[in-house]
Amino acid sequence: MNETLLKIDGRDVRAKQGMTILEAARSAGIFIPTLCHHEKLQPYGACRICVVEADAGGRTSLVASCLYPVEPDLVVRTRSEKVDKTRKMILELLLAHAPDSPRLQELAQEYGADRDRFDKESAFCILCGLCVRYCNEVKKKNAVGFFDRGASREINFIPEIASKECWNCKECFPLCPTSYAQAAYHLTEALAFPCRSSRR
Amino acid sequence: MPRINSPAELEELRKGILSKRDPKKPCIAVCTGTGCLALGAARVVAAFKEEFKKKALGTKVDLVNIRETGCPGFCERGPLVVIYPEEICYLRVKPADAEEIVSQTVLAKKIIDRLLYVDPLTGEKSVHESEIPFYKNQMRHLIGNNIKIDPKSIDDYLAVGGYSALAKALGQMTPEHVVELVKDSNLRGRGGAGFPAGKKWEFARKSPGNPKYVVVNADEGDPGAFMDRAVLEGNPFSVLEGLTIGAYAIGSHEGYFYVRQEYPLAVENVTLAIQQAEEYGFLGKNILGSGFDFTVRVHRGAGAFVCGEETSLLMSLEGKPGEPRARPPYPAVKGLREKPTNINNVETWANVPLIVNNGAEFLTSIGTKGSKGTKIFSLVGKVNNTGLVEVPMGITLRDIIYKVGGGIPGGKRFKAVQSGGPSGGCIPEQYLDIKVDFDELKKVGAIMGSGGMIVMDEDTCMVDVARYFLNFLTGESCGKCSPCREGIRQMLKILTRICEGKGEEGDIELLEELGETTRDASLCALGGTAPNPVLNTIRYFRDEYEAHIKEKRCPAFVCKHLIAYHIDPGKCQACMTCLRKCPAQAITGGKKQIHVIDQDKCTKCGTCFEVCPSKFDAVERLSGVPVPPPVPEDARRIVRESKGKKR
Repeated sequence: MNETLLKIDGRDVRAKQGMTILEAARSAGIFIPTLCHHEKLQPYGACRICVVEADAGGRTSLVASCLYPVEPDLVVRTRSEKVDKTRKMILELLLAHAPDSPRLQELAQEYGADRDRFDKESAFCILCGLCVRYCNEVKKKNAVGFFDRGASREINFIPEIASKECWNCKECFPLCPTSYAQAAYHLTEALAFPCRSSRR
Repeated sequence: MPRINSPAELEELRKGILSKRDPKKPCIAVCTGTGCLALGAARVVAAFKEEFKKKALGTKVDLVNIRETGCPGFCERGPLVVIYPEEICYLRVKPADAEEIVSQTVLAKKIIDRLLYVDPLTGEKSVHESEIPFYKNQMRHLIGNNIKIDPKSIDDYLAVGGYSALAKALGQMTPEHVVELVKDSNLRGRGGAGFPAGKKWEFARKSPGNPKYVVVNADEGDPGAFMDRAVLEGNPFSVLEGLTIGAYAIGSHEGYFYVRQEYPLAVENVTLAIQQAEEYGFLGKNILGSGFDFTVRVHRGAGAFVCGEETSLLMSLEGKPGEPRARPPYPAVKGLREKPTNINNVETWANVPLIVNNGAEFLTSIGTKGSKGTKIFSLVGKVNNTGLVEVPMGITLRDIIYKVGGGIPGGKRFKAVQSGGPSGGCIPEQYLDIKVDFDELKKVGAIMGSGGMIVMDEDTCMVDVARYFLNFLTGESCGKCSPCREGIRQMLKILTRICEGKGEEGDIELLEELGETTRDASLCALGGTAPNPVLNTIRYFRDEYEAHIKEKRCPAFVCKHLIAYHIDPGKCQACMTCLRKCPAQAITGGKKQIHVIDQDKCTKCGTCFEVCPSKFDAVERLSGVPVPPPVPEDARRIVRESKGKKR
């Protein structure tokens, strides 16, 4: 098989071609934190918690390890002043939404992130998209999706699909780092599900 | 239309078209680009046609032509009309002028003085386009033909030499040769990043995979920018010809125009251009007998700024939400439908026929070491000659703003020029003499971008400018990755706070830190450049930020929460002007009674400040200082001693 040799945190790591930095690091037992990553799902690259410093083509830059493909002679640092500072800021930004998420609190402790640095936002979804992508890629139901864009982006359950599919599935609930998916489901159920008499 | 099967037949066709055209026959060219249309160009055209009918010029004898053209650039003075064959240029033409223009200029060959350009400094009049300073200091290779052709007529394009470059490329050059030529010309992408186009083509050409695609990025979305729009509306053929040549060079047989839906005229003209090119056989199978096949389709963007970013554009073309994907792999390797794809901006493609026709030196002889050729800018904001300008690379900002743009109106002071749209930066006065060049602009913290240039005068608040762009981006970020979505959200909150007088110590540093994270950690170029307006204004106008935060003062008197209007009781002559004009009815007073602004009712619109007669100059703007208490009732009566009459 085509193998690529790269350096992660000073260690030589052999990786299969086509692997991402994250996969290569995990195969070598090197930990990189993630929020939007899931083995069963396509890499997404949205939370950016997995950023690492990579030296490639004579340049050092921050890249998302869950997306960046390994290449020969790549030198990667999974922890550095820059990486830690960036992760801390991203965590602080996300904590404005979900200050009580255990997953975020755990990481906040590691990176010294202040959960109260920014004023609290009303929606506690961090838009990692695990629920949306799991429903689409694994369950192929598309009962939950993204709506709007930019700062107005949110997830919503589609009442017509969710009323048929979700009750017996709910597999996205435990994936959610903030339990927003569950809340959004119940809100949709209460407000917008087709009335019971018309439901089969 | 006959199908053209070889370069020789093309030349025959061209000869045929030209032989039917008498260069001495009068022709009235009216700009019907979007700017002039808004100024009433359609009514001007109708008036001319009516006039022809009256004078029986158009119907029976067909003595004069009328041509509706794309934008030649001088939007400030539209509707623009050029009378051929003398090429007399009339500005701000109204429907009522049609009769006089036809009888005086077209028939009697007399020039109508009042419609000519008058130099505001010297008072000199210019008869021809080329004598007007706005045009004289430009180099219009790409938009120069706009006034000469009807964008809905491929024959017009052929009459000015159109499709000779395609014939040359297909007939005399190998694809590799074309790629080499574009590489030699040093053409850099005009969409913003300035990546060498030839290199990009080579990647796509060498990349394994079939089919390959070529795409025109016409999702121009920067506020105040309309370069690509003018090219597509005015001369869609040049872009189409460039794209066809590029497809041949790269080995692609399928191309797309990604045009934003908000440009209906561009969509219409491009669609028509494709249709006409198909009919002549400049698109389709075996183009000009070369064996090369190429088809093009138009895809309308659904209104997302981020789709100007190439990977988002591809997602959108595939029918998915317009969200970026990670690079690498680059589109040249895995682009549209995972196949090698080459995307270039409208203006980049429009340069290609010029290079093929005139050689690489045509571009390399113009410009600076790193940036060659010309660049179109939309020059807007606080500048006398608003419009579309095409200038050689290496021209100074000062020349663009003062020589071409005619300087700042109203005798105000220049403050900054914003280059590169929401991803760009504001360049202050001390850098006005830098050369316009991809790398030079980057050095001062701005970017060339796609060519939006917004001139700002002393009445512009730089904190408010940063807030404006962040507000734009907060709705235009796709919202997928957290540093961009959340970083912009928080930066906007802080900027809004500062503009409202609630700024705190440490806000500037927090903005810088947020900006850095957003820039370094975002998924695509939108997030990567989103903090530019903030970081760049902090860099050059930190004092303004500090005035807002520490003194609660807006030096430019823009931020409404930080300013107040006040009538100086010593100067007020109770003329009632401001009182009558105040839309909020916040001014009390009467004849011989000093006027007072009720600060609770005042909406800070500034009307009183503007209408107060300059001989009184009684309304003043305050910021950072408390508003003096209103004059006591018993002291409000004005006693005019000089008149000495008491009733």
